[in-house]
Amino acid sequence: MSPVSNAVPADAAPVAAAASPARQGSAPPPKPRFPRVNATIDGAISLLSLIGLGFLKPVVAICRGDDPRAHMRQLWLDLAAPVLAIAAFLLVWSQVSQGIQTSLGQIPGPTAVWEQTKALWADHLVQREKAVAFYERQEKRNAEKQAEDPAADMTVRKYTGKPTYIDQIFTSLKTVFAGFLLATLIAVPLGILCGVSKTFNAMFNPLIQLFKPVSPLAWLPIVTMIVSAVYVTADPMFDKSFINSAMTVTLCSLWPTVINTAVGVGSIDRDLLNVARVLRLSKTTQLTKLVFPSSLPYIFTGMRLSLGVGWMVLIAAEMLAQNPGLGKFVWDEFQNGSSESLSRILVAVFTIGIIGFLLDRVMLAMQSAFTYGPAR
Amino acid sequence: MRSRICASVICGLFVFTNVIAAGKGPEKEQLKLGFIKLTDMAPLAIAYEKGYFEDEGLYVTLEPQANWKVILDRVITGELDGAHMLAGQPLGAAVGIGTKADVVTGFSMDLNGNAITVSNEVWELMKPGITKDAQGLPVHPIPATALKPALEKFKVSGKSFKMAMVFPVSTHNYELRYWLAAGGINPGFYTPSDVTGQTRADILISVTPPPQMPATMEAGTINGYCVGEPWNQQAIFKGVGVPVITDYEIWKNNPEKVFGVTRAFADKNPRTHVALVKALTRAAIWLDEKNGANRKEAAQILSRPEYVGADYRVIANSMTGTFEYGRGDKRALPDFNVFFRYHANYPYYSDAIWYLTQMRRWGQIPEGKPDAWFVETAKKVYRPEVFVEAAKELIAEKKAIAADFDFTSDGFRAPTKEFIDGVEYDGRKPNAYIEKLALGLKGQQKIEGGNVAGK
Repeated sequence: MSPVSNAVPADAAPVAAAASPARQGSAPPPKPRFPRVNATIDGAISLLSLIGLGFLKPVVAICRGDDPRAHMRQLWLDLAAPVLAIAAFLLVWSQVSQGIQTSLGQIPGPTAVWEQTKALWADHLVQREKAVAFYERQEKRNAEKQAEDPAADMTVRKYTGKPTYIDQIFTSLKTVFAGFLLATLIAVPLGILCGVSKTFNAMFNPLIQLFKPVSPLAWLPIVTMIVSAVYVTADPMFDKSFINSAMTVTLCSLWPTVINTAVGVGSIDRDLLNVARVLRLSKTTQLTKLVFPSSLPYIFTGMRLSLGVGWMVLIAAEMLAQNPGLGKFVWDEFQNGSSESLSRILVAVFTIGIIGFLLDRVMLAMQSAFTYGPAR
Repeated sequence: MRSRICASVICGLFVFTNVIAAGKGPEKEQLKLGFIKLTDMAPLAIAYEKGYFEDEGLYVTLEPQANWKVILDRVITGELDGAHMLAGQPLGAAVGIGTKADVVTGFSMDLNGNAITVSNEVWELMKPGITKDAQGLPVHPIPATALKPALEKFKVSGKSFKMAMVFPVSTHNYELRYWLAAGGINPGFYTPSDVTGQTRADILISVTPPPQMPATMEAGTINGYCVGEPWNQQAIFKGVGVPVITDYEIWKNNPEKVFGVTRAFADKNPRTHVALVKALTRAAIWLDEKNGANRKEAAQILSRPEYVGADYRVIANSMTGTFEYGRGDKRALPDFNVFFRYHANYPYYSDAIWYLTQMRRWGQIPEGKPDAWFVETAKKVYRPEVFVEAAKELIAEKKAIAADFDFTSDGFRAPTKEFIDGVEYDGRKPNAYIEKLALGLKGQQKIEGGNVAGK
């Protein structure tokens, strides 16, 4: 495999190539002087390339003095070209944005967005200070209450101020992972069933095909109504809004994992199954030792797609159902209609993009960590 | 099923412990209240920012909501403990217009604060017919008759004239209809089969959430709207339209928003309800005291993204005693936003009954009702006793003065003629009032086959 393949974004590649790695990238240096150090460096680099820092590899190689020409070319592809593209994007953006007047003023350029990013962070710090003051006031009030009536309820109340931008990010992450986890727990067994049994596949396939293309916007009202009817407790452990968004994420992100798992299980090597039959392995052993491990790459590809879908769906769900999170932030800013609103929405757009990218990288890392064999 | 049984057992325990602990403190300390991004949510923001909620031992989180429907639904399901509501919402819920539910109010949040804005295109068509003063500025109030040239023009070119308000039972809907009807324009009737209220309408009125009004008008989907601030002043700043009349001119000192909670919440947490009303009353006092000296600070607070979030200058335009009609046509209107004066916070039955008369007038209440029914329905929803108790406690704590409150009232304001058409309203005689109004259903009239039938 040529080193160029490293530059291909992993998500554009098919299943096997998606996991393809940086490990077998370039030929090893002719005479490693410090084999253990080099091995550690290689290990670290393959990890870095997983999280999108693959450009460090040629840098290290150049430093080590192997084949500088080839690696310079690699560096150009991995680092210089993307940076150049981003710079060009920023330039075009700042030029174009000056020309578009909306009723909320000009479309913000990169500088305005950066200003708002800082403002949101500053606001986060201010809110944290306010929270500290809030707890101090509460402590004082509780102490007075206790002095009057020792039996009084001393529950410490959570800070009542608004969630900051950073809080909204974490709420969104929590929700997407809850929904995604639930989706995986349902989808993997379902997918295995469909892959193992032709009958099951015939039964479920029409349903899967029917529900797969349904948009979150269609699910949401139904989920909301069902949750508010079924989830009735006096002291709920989770907010209804959290359950609404998480369920919507589950319903929409289920399908890629189901389908990929089914395909993975179905495309298992016939020879392996024959060997299993010869060895008279029990069904359970076949499943755990053969079917499951060999379909892992497919399952993870499905999960990666699912998480991507879930993240996209979540933002829409939060916006529509007014559930806390980044989607609600965007909606609230849109409603504010102040002269800073558009810049703040753009901050959110970039945050959503960056987090989506990081989530994908995390899944890719997990995929390669859990996958055996040469496909790794 | 099982979780329901569990839930009711837990509920039962709660009620039980509440009875034991029925001392002074609020039953429920941690509360979530909803609001819509409008300047009249100010009492909530001020009560929070000035620590009035905490003074009452309440830990309140304020959360903006997308629209009035969401607010009502979330209060009913208990996701919100209480909310900033349209005065017509608890009443509409009691009558069963749209959602049927038991929502009560012990605190009226403000008077006035709305306006009607038309698009630039409509304004250009209206302009020639509007009387001007010596300086060449339009004479206010502008009657709805000034809209007629625009209506004609739209009719000739085969377009329908569309206006928006914020909710079917909103103050805005009734104010807009009142203004149009007073100018001889039929805003349309609601019938059991036409819940959009466009039967026999000269102007098609529909619902748009407040913050989206300017954008929707800019997109050309609507030609005008009736909404609270800052969305009329926003139209001027964005250059998309011109406010023609405020609700202060349609009905001087009309009751506007209320603070609503479910009846179940009010019954279960009476101390909490009073504590909330106390905090809100203090905020209302702060907003109106010293001849409006605090309004600038209030506008600053409201302009933060977690509250109304519009630019300060837009909010300040109407919050600080002025109102900008056309661009540059800024006039003094000190009573445009009233939060405390004129007994703004007292939940008068007569205020509730006015809204009920309008619901009857436009067919949302499809059949005629006796006067007693109007009073009974108002008493189901409006709880002056909660407000009076809160006010008395504030006076005892020296946080308010007795002279500012209407303790002798029996719940009815004195009859008033201060409407744009000068028709006198007496809350004790709702049916007689409906008879006097120019357009609308009277007595036992109904809409049958698109026509007014019966008498």
